[in-house]
Parts: sequence; C-alpha cells; structure tokens
Amino acid sequence: MTLNSESGTAVRLEKVSFSYGEAPFLFDVEFAASKITAIMGSSGSGKSTLLNLVAGFETPRSGRVLIGGADFGAKPPSARPVSMVFQENNLFAHLSVERNVGLGRSPSLRLTEADHAAVAAALKRVGLAGKQQRLPRELSGGERQRVALARVLVRDRPVLLLDEPFASLGPALRDDMLDLVADVHAERRMTVLFVTHQPEDAHRIGQDMVFLDNATVAATGTVADFFTKAGPEAFRHYIGAGPFGAGSRDVARKRT
Amino acid sequence: MHTGYPADPRVTAGTIALAAVALLIGGAFAGLILEATRNPTGAASTFDSYLFRVARFTLWQALLSTLLSVVPALFVARALSRHPRFFGRALILQLFAVPLALPAIVAALGILALYGRAGYFAGVLTAIGGQGWPGIYGLSGILVAHVFFNLPLATRLFLEALATVPADQWRLASQLGMGARPAFRLIEWPTLRAALPGVAGLVFMLCITSFTIVLTLGGGPRATTLEVAIYQALRFDFDPARAVTLTLLQIALTFIVVLALMRLGSNTVGDANLPVAPRRYLSAGTAETALNAALIVLALLFVAGPMAATVTSGLGADLGRLAAERAVRQATLTSAVLALLAALLSVALSLSLVMARRALALRRRVDAKTLLEYATDTGAGLVLVVPPIVIGAGWFLLLRTFSDVFAIAPVMVVAVNAVMAMPFAIRAIRPGYDAASERHERLCLLLGISGWDRFRLVDWPSLRRPLATGFAFAMALSLGDLGVIALFGSDSLQTLPYLLLSRMGSYRTMDAAGLALLLGLVCLALVLAAEWLGRGEKS
Repeated sequence: MTLNSESGTAVRLEKVSFSYGEAPFLFDVEFAASKITAIMGSSGSGKSTLLNLVAGFETPRSGRVLIGGADFGAKPPSARPVSMVFQENNLFAHLSVERNVGLGRSPSLRLTEADHAAVAAALKRVGLAGKQQRLPRELSGGERQRVALARVLVRDRPVLLLDEPFASLGPALRDDMLDLVADVHAERRMTVLFVTHQPEDAHRIGQDMVFLDNATVAATGTVADFFTKAGPEAFRHYIGAGPFGAGSRDVARKRT
Repeated sequence: MHTGYPADPRVTAGTIALAAVALLIGGAFAGLILEATRNPTGAASTFDSYLFRVARFTLWQALLSTLLSVVPALFVARALSRHPRFFGRALILQLFAVPLALPAIVAALGILALYGRAGYFAGVLTAIGGQGWPGIYGLSGILVAHVFFNLPLATRLFLEALATVPADQWRLASQLGMGARPAFRLIEWPTLRAALPGVAGLVFMLCITSFTIVLTLGGGPRATTLEVAIYQALRFDFDPARAVTLTLLQIALTFIVVLALMRLGSNTVGDANLPVAPRRYLSAGTAETALNAALIVLALLFVAGPMAATVTSGLGADLGRLAAERAVRQATLTSAVLALLAALLSVALSLSLVMARRALALRRRVDAKTLLEYATDTGAGLVLVVPPIVIGAGWFLLLRTFSDVFAIAPVMVVAVNAVMAMPFAIRAIRPGYDAASERHERLCLLLGISGWDRFRLVDWPSLRRPLATGFAFAMALSLGDLGVIALFGSDSLQTLPYLLLSRMGSYRTMDAAGLALLLGLVCLALVLAAEWLGRGEKS
C-alpha cells in the first residue's frame, strides 16, 4: 500500500465539525506519522468521537479526514487504512480465538495457507500460542485484548486507534499490555492514536499528546512537555496534583 | 453525507417484508371495497337490527369476559407473589402458560367434556340445579372459555408487574412492620393499578376478536359475534354484501379498541416468559395463607380442569382407529406442512423487520424516526388490528371473482397464519438481535463483514436460539388456527382443526376428543420447546 511508505501515515482532521444534535465538535489537528499520540480530556470532551471520525463510525458534517494525504471522510470503516481496539466487545463471542483473528484477513473467513500462518504467528507474538481453539469466554480480560491486538497485526493497517482498551484491566496487567503495544509499534511503526484517562499510560508509551476540552483541541505537544510545570494549564488542572503533577490513580480511573 | 456507504441489505429485506405484509392486508381491503362498490345498496341494506344485535353481543361478551378474567387474576397474582416459594409454584406458572399455546378448539372441547350436557360434571350440576343440566352453550360457554384463556394470562402479567417492585421496598415494609393490608394498599395495589389498563385492554382485544370459541361454544344466532357472523355470511348464506358490512364494522371496532389501548400504553402481545420469583421479606399470616391457598387452588382447578378433561376424553377415543384413518393422516400431514411453511415465512418476515428496524435506528442516531422505521417498529403490532377472519374474508371476496377460491386456499392459510404469528415471533427475536447488534455492529463495520458473510458468521450463530423460539411459537399458533381454514377449507384441503370441527359438527364426539388430544399435545410440545430454547439463551 502506498500509504505505508517509509515515512509512515499521518492522520489529519482538517476543520472537521460533527454533532450529535447538540453543541458541535470542532477538530483541526494533525497526528504525526509513526508516533504514538495520547489523547486525553475529561468525559464528553470528544475523545471517542474523534477516534470514531477517523475510523468512520461517524461522518463529519463538514471538513476533511485525511489519512496519508487522501480524504477518507466519506469511506466506510472497512475501506479505511485503520484498525481499532475498543474497551470491550472486540471479539465475536461464538467464534474461536483463531477465527476471530482470521476475520482480520478475510471478512468471509476464507483463509489461505498463508493467512493461517499469519494468524498463528500473530497469536504467538501476543503470547497466546496454544489457545487458538479457545472461545472468548474461556479467556481472561487481558487475553481477550491480546486477541484483538493479534487481529491488528494480521490486518496490518498503517493506523491503529486504541479507545481505552485496557481501562478495565488491573494496573500490572495494564502495564504489560502497554509494553506489548509499544513493542508492536517499534516493529511496525504504525501511527497510533491512544485515548486514555490515565496520565501514567500516556507517560509510559506516549510520544505526543493531544488534549481535548469543550469539544475541541485545547492543546498539543510532546508528552514530555505536558508533564512539566510548563504544561498547559487546562491539562494540569485536569490531572490535578500527584506523581505526574497528576491526580491519584483512582480519580483518573473513571471511564467514558 | 452517506456517499460511499453501500446500501444496507437489512433495510432492503425489511422493506420487502413490509411490502409483503402490506400486500396481504391491502388485498383483503381491495376485496372488501370492490365488493362494496359493486353492490352499494346491498351493503347498506344489511344495516338491520340483526347486525346491531351481533355488534352489541360482541362487545357485551368481551366486556364480561374481561371483567371475569382480570378481577380474579388480580387476587391470584397477589396470592402467588405473597408466597414466592412453595412446592409446585413453578409448575403452576408453567401450567398457566399452556392456554397461550393451546388451540382454542381444543380448549373448547375440553370445556364441553367437563361442563357440557353430557360432560363429566353434568350429573353433579343436575343434582344441584334440580333439573336436567342444559349444557354450557351460549354466553356462559363463551365466558368460561375466555376466562380459561385469559385468567392465566392476566395472572402472569400481573405477577410480572409485581416482580418489578424493588426488593428494597419490601425490606423497608418489613422493617416498618407493615401488615398484609397496608402492604397491599401502599405497595401492591399501586403497581397492579398501573398494569391494570394494559392487561385489561389486551384481554378485551383478545375477546373481541375471538372466533373459534364463539363458533364452537356460542349457541345459534343469539350468541354470535361479528367474526362468526362474517364466516356464516360467506360460508353458509353466500351473502357477500352482509360480509362486507360485518367486516367493516369489525375493523372499526378493533381499530377503536387498539387506539384506546395505545393511549393506555399497553402491549398488544402476550408473553410466554416465566417471571422469576423475587426474594421476599414479608411473611404472610396463617389466615392470609389459607385464603391465598384457597384462591390459588381454585384458579388451578379452573385452568387444569379442561386440560385434564381433554386428556381423559381423548384417551377414551379409539386412538388406534383414528391414527389409521386416511382422512386423519391426510389432515395431519397437511397441518404439519402448512404450519411449517407458515412458521418459516413468519420468522423470515419478522427477522427482516427486526434487522431493518435496528439498521434504521443505527443510521439515524438523533434525527426523528422516519416513516419506514415506524413501520418496521410498531407496524407489525398493528397486524393484530386486522383479525385473520377479516383478511380471509377480504381475499375470499376478491378471489371469488377471478378464480376458484378453494384452489388458492393453501397459500392463504400459510400467508395469513405467518403474518398473524409475526408479533409473537418479533417479540422472541428482537431482544436477541438488538443485543447481538449492540456488541457486533462496530466490529462488523471495522472488519468489513456484511451481507451474507455477516449473516453466516455473526448473526446466525447468535440468533439460532431466538429464531428457533419464534419458529416453534409461530408453528404452534399456525397449527391450532381455525380462523382462515374455516373460510378456505374444503374436502380437498383439511387441517387437523378443520377436521376436528367437522367431526364435532357431525356429532362424532369421540373422534373429536381424540383429535383434540393429538393437536393439544403437539402444540404443547412446541411451546415447551420454544420456552426451553428461549431460556437457554439467557443463561
């Protein structure tokens, strides 16, 4: 795919407006190619909406959704060079782990030998070798998200959207998963948009930061800059006082 | 802004299903209108005293049936809810679900076997009355049958309503030392009162459109409802003009009732689900317990009686000879094939509507509902406004002019029964589909799983059970239906209920009892299967 050039695939929302019928969201922001950008902001600030616009679950009222320079604003989700992992319901409960991952290769599950090999390799990569035939209900919460990541690997799209995928996992498990994402990113160099409520998540794997407030982009910069005393005031106010100049883990654990 | 998005095949399927239903109902109306315009003076001249007597009786029996079903049900439901745990409670509730599936003609026979002139109770009743027991034909028979069907239904609905009282309220009541009387006044009655209009409305609706009961138990012109009068006008008097007037009157009547029902916010479809017994914190005293037990036993005897009578009188029949009879075998086969086809069609139509409704709701988000979405949503429920006899009568009149009515009979029976079962099938399928869609919708979009692939890989595996539930229920309803076949049946097309009716008509009571047992058992098995499948889905 030409989108997957050496320089990676940038994602740009150009004067994108969108509305659920109330106050409109307005996004004008660029996500650097091949970087992990953390997206933070309070509930209702538009984090998930932003990801849904990039993924194609929402259609902008105006503006352009540029992925690798091409406008995908009117394309259906499956036609976009994008993979996404949700907080839950990433798997079909009645399909085995192997088939759930295989759907990333063929939506009709007609898999070639090469596809089967790719599925097996991806499952091994995320640490689920030997669990191909399990059903999702036979896996732990963390394992289920690993299956979703394996599917991201076999889909091999240049952009990865993470919508709080680890929010319901415990702290240690979450750190493992974050490290897995960071490793995968180091190998594949995809552009990652990562919505999270946890400052420590952003701190752990994020490179850039986009902070949303009042349905629009309030501040952008590197993660390092955000977590210094010179970071944007709205952001410091959002995370409160704590280890990252940030609030306690518990306060930040609420979900959208 | 939807350019680039492929058209959703689910919406197409729903539109086709709606068109099919509209064609069926529209065709019936076309037949009625055609007949009325062909002979306008004839139709007008049928507005006579007989017509008004029939209309008055239709309303009167429905009103009485509703009162006699709903008021006792209030107390039986309360009694059952006061005692959430006793031996046989689950069985009683299960038994109360049976009439929902039992073909009306089977119940009618059971009631005759019990209270009829030659019934099991005739001797006792003669001794009490002091003179010959005249049997239960006429208004009394109709009322007993309607109460047999609707008392258990109303009881279950009220029980469901009582189950919605939060456990905390009961905990509070018990802490405050509330006795039975204040608990009823302050906790139970407000809940029951809120459910009352809906339940009463549903029962009234069922009684006003009741056909088989009135046909088999109503005695002559004095106890005839509009539906039976339509049937007689078409099958015996060959008076199409009168049939048109009666049909229009019936439609107007049901339409008014349904409008009133929607005002009251009631659900026009009964449910086969068992309410779960909630944990209770209030214990009943000895006197109350005795009273409640008496109530429950009385209701149980009333409901179980006709069922038991069906079984015993059915076993008394020469079942071996019946099974060997060619007419019986032919009717059984016909019934099975027609019901199977009707159930398949019903489930296919219902699934199409359910999928289209969901797809439209997802697409629209915050905009107002479109007409199409309304049609896929509440449209199916409105099917009940137009009783099967009315649709049958309309098509009967329409086809009469073009071809041999009886040649098209199988198509009519399948189509009308399929559409009539739709509200129930939708009720079984929709929650499952909507929940599955909630989980899978975005994933399917993201991975590009659509059309046949989506049905094969995603929808079918998660919908197998709800579809089977809907199928079994639709099949039971179709198997037991006498409405359409009564109009279109002939010597060349007989279903089991039709054969049963003709054996009753020729006073071959033993044969009829045997057939009723067979039919009742098959329908019961189907409904038990439906319930079992439906429950498996939840656990």
